Amino acid sequence: MLLAVLSGFLLALIAPWIYQQAGDKAGWILAVLPACLAVYFATFLPDVIAGELIVEHYAWVPSLDVDLTMTLDGLSLLFALLISVIGTFIVIYGSGYLHGDRNIARFYVFLLAFMASMLGLVLSDNLISLFVFWELTSITSFMLIGYYHENDKYRKCAHQSMMVTVGGGLAMFAGLILLAMIADSYSLMAILEMSPSEIAGHDLYVPMLVLILAGCFTKSAQVPFHFWLPNAMAGPTPVSAFLHSATMVKAGIYLLARLQPGLGGTEIWMTVLPVVGAVTMFTGMYLALRSKGYKQVLAYSTIMALGVLTMLVGIGTEAAMIAFVVFLLAHAMYKATLFMVAGIVDHETGTKDLTVLRGLKSKMPVTFFCAILAALSLGGFAPLFGFLGKELMFEAVLDAQYLSALLVALAMGTAMMGVAVALILGLRPFWGELSDTPKDPHEAPLSMLLGPVVLASLSLLTFLALEWVDAGLIQAAVPAVWGPEFDFYLARWHGINMPLIMSAISIAIGIGIYWKWDAVRGLMNRLEWLYERGPEWVYNKSMYGGLPWVANRQTRIIQNGYLRNYLVTILMTMVILVGYTFFSRYDEPLSLALDVEFYHVLLALVLLGAAVFASVTQSRLGAVASAGVVGFSVALVYILFSAPDLAITQVLVETLTVILLVLVLFRLPEFVSFSSRGARIRDIIVALLVGGLVTVLLLATGQEQFYDEAISAAHIEGSVALAHGRNVVNVILVDYRTLDTLGEIFVLALAAMGVYAMVKFRAKDDEL
Amino acid sequence: MEPLMAFVVGGLFAAAIYMILRRSIIKLVIGLILLSNAANLAIFTAAGMREGAPPLIPAGGVEPMITPSADPLPQALILTAIVIAFGVLAFAVVLIHRAYEIVGVDDLDEMNTTDETKELK
Amino acid sequence: MIKSKSLILRTATRFLLPLQLLFSLFLLLRGHNEPGGGFIAGLVAAGAIALYLIAFNVDETRELIRFSPHDLFGVGLFLACIAGIPPLLMGHPYFTALWWRPEFPFFGEVSLSTPLLFDVGVYLTVIGAVLAIVLALAEAED
Repeated sequence: MLLAVLSGFLLALIAPWIYQQAGDKAGWILAVLPACLAVYFATFLPDVIAGELIVEHYAWVPSLDVDLTMTLDGLSLLFALLISVIGTFIVIYGSGYLHGDRNIARFYVFLLAFMASMLGLVLSDNLISLFVFWELTSITSFMLIGYYHENDKYRKCAHQSMMVTVGGGLAMFAGLILLAMIADSYSLMAILEMSPSEIAGHDLYVPMLVLILAGCFTKSAQVPFHFWLPNAMAGPTPVSAFLHSATMVKAGIYLLARLQPGLGGTEIWMTVLPVVGAVTMFTGMYLALRSKGYKQVLAYSTIMALGVLTMLVGIGTEAAMIAFVVFLLAHAMYKATLFMVAGIVDHETGTKDLTVLRGLKSKMPVTFFCAILAALSLGGFAPLFGFLGKELMFEAVLDAQYLSALLVALAMGTAMMGVAVALILGLRPFWGELSDTPKDPHEAPLSMLLGPVVLASLSLLTFLALEWVDAGLIQAAVPAVWGPEFDFYLARWHGINMPLIMSAISIAIGIGIYWKWDAVRGLMNRLEWLYERGPEWVYNKSMYGGLPWVANRQTRIIQNGYLRNYLVTILMTMVILVGYTFFSRYDEPLSLALDVEFYHVLLALVLLGAAVFASVTQSRLGAVASAGVVGFSVALVYILFSAPDLAITQVLVETLTVILLVLVLFRLPEFVSFSSRGARIRDIIVALLVGGLVTVLLLATGQEQFYDEAISAAHIEGSVALAHGRNVVNVILVDYRTLDTLGEIFVLALAAMGVYAMVKFRAKDDEL
Repeated sequence: MEPLMAFVVGGLFAAAIYMILRRSIIKLVIGLILLSNAANLAIFTAAGMREGAPPLIPAGGVEPMITPSADPLPQALILTAIVIAFGVLAFAVVLIHRAYEIVGVDDLDEMNTTDETKELK
Repeated sequence: MIKSKSLILRTATRFLLPLQLLFSLFLLLRGHNEPGGGFIAGLVAAGAIALYLIAFNVDETRELIRFSPHDLFGVGLFLACIAGIPPLLMGHPYFTALWWRPEFPFFGEVSLSTPLLFDVGVYLTVIGAVLAIVLALAEAED
């Protein structure tokens, strides 16, 4: 199974090459892989229906508990089949839609990579690998949505979709880690085996749930994060068809459904999800009815579908979960079809304005056939699969545990508008008198028709052959989201009951809305001011106004360009951290026993005096001279205290430093006092604090044996015996610690090269 | 001697830090010189100081003339540190000189906008 | 660079330079046993040449040392690096010290070793790096 996932990435790698070789036929060739994957996954059907859970282990980072274990149950299988089947048609359709586009190879690359990520997402058992695939879908979809990257507006849309989904993804990542902490395992299987009450009773349950929901709601475009989804239409139509039918946006839904047996059942779950879902579905449909672009209407109706699915997962009863699976399947089929129809209409007529398009039936009969079937399925008309989805959805809301009345009202409203939208999409552009369009409409090529025809027919056939679908897919998928005790068979006809009556009413009113669509839209447009202050406005304000403002402010504060501010920050941090640690841990009194000779004191006074003079004098020469005095006094310290090599080195370096300063420093201006009195007092305080801290630390190290004497002893002992040298310091430098010394002479050489480069570049500048 | 040296080193650090906090670039250089001396002396002091017992072994012997001798390991570390400090100082001095030539001011506060000036051009 | 007009300095430098260089070699070779070694010897040699630079000028100094300072520290780093290779060939860890004491007529026993080779590398690197800095700066002043 891992190979099945990775094969998509591998094919993505060589897709450009295949395109070079095969040209226009590349789409058909590349589609072989998703088709094979579909067949491959289909072969698991019998086992999964029998209730088997197929697990394959692959280690990835065992030390961190991260693995690539792939599990396949009914839910994963349903998704995997949708992804691979629709993926097959999309690749073929894309080759027709983007025919002649010079970037088409890139389209194949990202589409295949996206498909592979999506497969990885639905098959992963490990939370971390699930998250990795989750983010991969965000990134690849960003590339797909931003396919027309020359256009600034489209780039912004892609950017927006990524910011929202990745932002939510990060929140979800934190939530998944909390979940793993609660369950003490990163494995989904292990988490779902726990008793739900154990998870729900945990202290971290609420924060964990909020974070995970943040990820799922952003990804699946729930209100108030729904705004990115219509903008994601910026991508080419095949991309929209794929992303919005079965994949990208369903990832959040998938995760919710996956976690529902473990996390669901609590009051917060059963109120938040249904309410958010119901509001989303209503808002989605409302906005769909208001729009007039073919793809835009579809995008909003996708939001509706996502809302329905979230609501159903939230209700979480047996009926709701069956409705969930049926609705998911129905939506994937009709939505992919409708998007491809939208692409065909746009492609062949040159416009996607639904108020303009009329009477295409005679010119594009096959497209019309697909559109009407899919649209009727969307509207929930019998005899199409969508009808079942709607019936079951009504049934689920009717016996929801919480807030049933609210849900029913919103569902009714949604269904009415849904019928109207279905007719607007499926009937209106094709019926009536042929209108003028920018291009002369004609039927699309085979590559573009194949997908819609097959999928639209499936919407019909699945309803007609319901028993097979029930036995083959539904019976496999529902146990994964509900539980093994499941005893329900789908039927086409349930007799005259409440859902059917609601359905009938919604169809009647929906046809009325369709009849008066222009008037209704006019009415809706009066609320224009409301849309302009919606969540997208908040997003744009914060993204293009707030974020740069904060960035500017914090840069001005943190990176203000003043060296001394950086230094003071660093030094004070050091003083506080080191000082705090020292004084809180070290409680012995510091000994000040001064066992010194007269000349020690003299030397100390010279050192201190020269240092202080160097820092207070206003004369440049005086400062350099007293720095020299400090240097030579240090050499004296070395010689007095048994370090002849150091003393020689120090004297030589002091000499060279003088030469250096003569060469450069006196080309610089005289000393000037820039700082104010206040700044000087602050600097003196900082300097004294650091100096004091160093003194205290040195006093403490003087009375504390903090390292092993044996190290030095070993160096001395081995000096003659092993290294044949009597100057232990030199032996250390060139024998014991050769590699250190090697590094150090490299540093010296680098400094020399840096100096050389700076001096030589100046010569170049002068020439310029 | 170590307690006395502890105060001397603290004083050197204070002087060095006061100097590197100045706005005049030339004072910064003096600060750097003082700072490297202070750091070396800090290591030297922390390792313990012994008078008149260099870690040298007389010809034919196997251990230093006076035992225990001074610790050779910090001496080796400081020796390379002195030389490298010189290299780094040279680098810093040239860098500062170069910056002074380009920007034309010796006030570090004036140098914080060099990026912006470049952009304007 | 201000060219020194002092005749005494120039004459003295001419005489001192060979002595200083010889002394630096002496410091280098005895470094393993007495105070000295590659760093110190390198600084002495570099200081001697810097003195020459002050007494004369950049071009004359470049003529004097013949090699570019960059070549000097390049060769130095190279020697220091390869000093670790012979032990590697004999199956010891990199930079294990190896000693070789051949007898030479007139000199008697001479101790050659990989640490000596390494120290020569340090010596050349220090001379090269210091001279590169000093010469680059002096040149820039002209």
